[in-house]
Amino acid sequence: MTEVTFTLNGKIIAVKCAPGTTLLEYLRQLEMYSVKYGCDDGTCGACTVLIDGKAQNACLTMVGTLQGKTIDTLEGLNEQKLVKSIQERFLTEGAIQCGYCTPGMTLSLTALLRENEEPSEVEIRDAISGNYCRCTGYVKPVKAMLK
Amino acid sequence: MKIVGKSTNRVDGNALAKGKPVFADDIRLSDVLHIKILYSTIPHGRIIHIHTEKALAISGVVTILTHKDFPPHFYTTAGQGYPEPSPRDALVLNPTVRFVGDKVAIVVAESLEIAKQALKSITVEYEEYPAIFDPEVSIDNAVVLHPEISDDPFLFDSKRNIAARITADVGDVKVAECESHHVFEREYSTPYVQHAHVEPHITLTWMDENNRLVIRTATQVPFHVRRIVAEVLDFPISRIRVIKPRIGGGFGAKQEILNEEICAAVSLKTGRPARIELTRKEEFIASRSRHPQRIRIKMGLDEQYKIRFIDLNILENCGAYGPHALTVMSVTSQKTLSLYNIPNIRLHGDAVYTNLPIAGAYRGYGAPQGFFALESMMDEIADELNIDPIEFRLNNIFRIGDEIPIAEILGEGREGFKTVLNTTGIEECLQRGRILIGWDHHRGKKQTGVIRTGYGLAAVCQGSGIPGIDMASAFIKMNEDGSFNLQVGATDLGTGSDTSLAQIAAEVLEVPVEKIIVYSSDTDMTPFDTGAYASSTTFISGGAVKKAAELLKFRILEQGKRILQVDDADISDGIVKTSSGESLTYSDICTRSFYTDHQQQLMATASHTSFDSPPPFNATFVKVSVNTDTGEVKVLTVVSVTDAGQIINPSMAEGQVEGAIPQSLGMALSEFMIFDDHGRTVNTDFLNYHVYYPIDMPEIISEFVHTDEPTGPFGAKAVAEIPINGPAPAVVNAIYNACGVRIRHLPVTPEKIIRGLGKL
Repeated sequence: MTEVTFTLNGKIIAVKCAPGTTLLEYLRQLEMYSVKYGCDDGTCGACTVLIDGKAQNACLTMVGTLQGKTIDTLEGLNEQKLVKSIQERFLTEGAIQCGYCTPGMTLSLTALLRENEEPSEVEIRDAISGNYCRCTGYVKPVKAMLK
Repeated sequence: MKIVGKSTNRVDGNALAKGKPVFADDIRLSDVLHIKILYSTIPHGRIIHIHTEKALAISGVVTILTHKDFPPHFYTTAGQGYPEPSPRDALVLNPTVRFVGDKVAIVVAESLEIAKQALKSITVEYEEYPAIFDPEVSIDNAVVLHPEISDDPFLFDSKRNIAARITADVGDVKVAECESHHVFEREYSTPYVQHAHVEPHITLTWMDENNRLVIRTATQVPFHVRRIVAEVLDFPISRIRVIKPRIGGGFGAKQEILNEEICAAVSLKTGRPARIELTRKEEFIASRSRHPQRIRIKMGLDEQYKIRFIDLNILENCGAYGPHALTVMSVTSQKTLSLYNIPNIRLHGDAVYTNLPIAGAYRGYGAPQGFFALESMMDEIADELNIDPIEFRLNNIFRIGDEIPIAEILGEGREGFKTVLNTTGIEECLQRGRILIGWDHHRGKKQTGVIRTGYGLAAVCQGSGIPGIDMASAFIKMNEDGSFNLQVGATDLGTGSDTSLAQIAAEVLEVPVEKIIVYSSDTDMTPFDTGAYASSTTFISGGAVKKAAELLKFRILEQGKRILQVDDADISDGIVKTSSGESLTYSDICTRSFYTDHQQQLMATASHTSFDSPPPFNATFVKVSVNTDTGEVKVLTVVSVTDAGQIINPSMAEGQVEGAIPQSLGMALSEFMIFDDHGRTVNTDFLNYHVYYPIDMPEIISEFVHTDEPTGPFGAKAVAEIPINGPAPAVVNAIYNACGVRIRHLPVTPEKIIRGLGKL
């Protein structure tokens, strides 16, 4: 068993887990269901979380490597102003279809907007380049952020 | 109209935006068993023995089921109307395996890890049979895939490997060919491609407190799931409840009973909750894909470039089993032959078995394959005869009032219905697209550089539901604050149908959308609906909702008049008013109906079917650049102009178009399943199967032209599938326009371009 301590959605937690446990598996066990499975290899981005503020794939992150890190999922950020504004833009623009990729995309955009308040279209596309969506063609998610 | 035609927010949007636990897998079941499937590693053969002893000895392995645990009941996994016109060629587990990915054993364990470990400990002895990978040699091959079901009435000819055949004749093609001034013959083909929805197939099952089986599953067809699971497991429908929560995309792959029967069998056998989720790799080998088709077209024109005849010949590869084999091919033909008014038609289609993964329903359902061929051919003919490709099309399209003969001959698995075109916006779509892409300004300019730009177009149509087969129903009841519960069997697979149906109800009842509380797709709680496929939900389910809402509105008015003791009153904006100024709000009426006056629950139910399936139309224009040194093709702009009748929700309708485009571009350029010499799928992840990511996207311009379809709710036609038909043919036409290379066999690859340019 590996033992690590990290901050999850603002709370410091100590975790014992089997080596090789991915952050995706762990978070879903904690019923943080905004973090989703889609691919196994970091190509879909449905499991995107923020690790020390950077958008990362939880399926490629081993829990054992998280000592001292700060992890944020949408569950912990839903009431934050920036996140709410992204969600509001998505809703108004019709950027959500099935919604399966939405939490991951929202976190990638959160990471972007924290560093860059007025990103260009290229920067937006680049920020969500790892968030695969089969429904929207990315048209409305990108448009929502440009408005 | 106050609500229909407006981009209201999605009724489920807030929960989705916040990542609330709304998907099938977002619940915690205590004591849940995990299921993994052992798949065949050979393309064709008989199982001699499955050695499970080692696996069963692993602590935490609960049971391992093999074909011996299931009675030999043949069924089809296709979730469509009943009786499904697909061959009954599937068993839950089969003693014969027919492709790499066929199900061999079901491992049930206390954890996913243990189940995976157990998979590795099972060995299977096979007697290997020769396999067929090429559909061209399947018919009358010495290798027969399904010899044991020769008496299945839904299978065309098991001895010849022909799962399904369609034929049709209109007029006299022979005579028309003699009379034609120009005759062309070409062959086209499309590859195996996948839906690639982000949420994999996921099913949870458990026995509830009354020992009823609950199936919580990502499906487009909850009522078909209930019926087919009941049939396969010989378990009463009355004891099955299927719940479809939010689902993460389907595009047809979830119009299949893929794992529900397995998960249910485990819960029935063990009494415990069970869970099965496919990995992405499993999606690629063991789910469903688009039927590859080889299409030959012979077409003749008269002196005025009117098409005199078409001879359409389809060879469809359905893979190892035949779900949707017949009906996909029917749709290929029926839609392809519903765009141009061609007096003489000959149609022949064969769907054949091969030892490759199973094809199934995928958005467009055969029409993308058909229009790829037809619209490539239209471009070739226009080019060869040096006529304007838009004028050529306009010269031949069906016009309002025309009868579409193929629609009457060819339904889905049975005869169709007489179809007269009430509305068509195809001319406007073409003209509008022409302006938006800058067709007349840019196309055909002389180019000399390495990078050449080209423009191409495609005109396409689809249907709105399956006429005479699809049926939807709705139940609506009133609450004392003037809100309404709308319960529908219709299945929102991410399309937003819960929202558009709420808009239809709100429009009729003259209340804001927020007053409509939608609950959908729960076989215990909602009335029947055939499901979300064939572009049916807005048109058919919307029709049911409109009827139910109208009936309830009538009842509210009657009740209002009774309470007010008047003979005459009207409803406007949710208030019943008399000419003398008396009024009652919906809230007043419902509250008094509950507690004091003429007590009753105000409610209504309605069902809807249609013998019409009015075609939506679309014109897609594409601008590409081709690098004539490397063969690289870049799609720069896609203009998609659609006639889907009255649009219920413009933003959501645009979303359908915008999402369909990269799926079709994928089929044209980057998405294709690759098989090795043993029929193994080689590219089983998104690193090697290239779907479109945000940085791959071209500029997309989507517009709608307005028509008012008299048979649709508020004038609506369907919008879900139509936009996927045009991009692929428009791309190859644009490539030809750019560099003179005609790609007739998808996918387009740099190698094919370079070869076409004579550089390889």
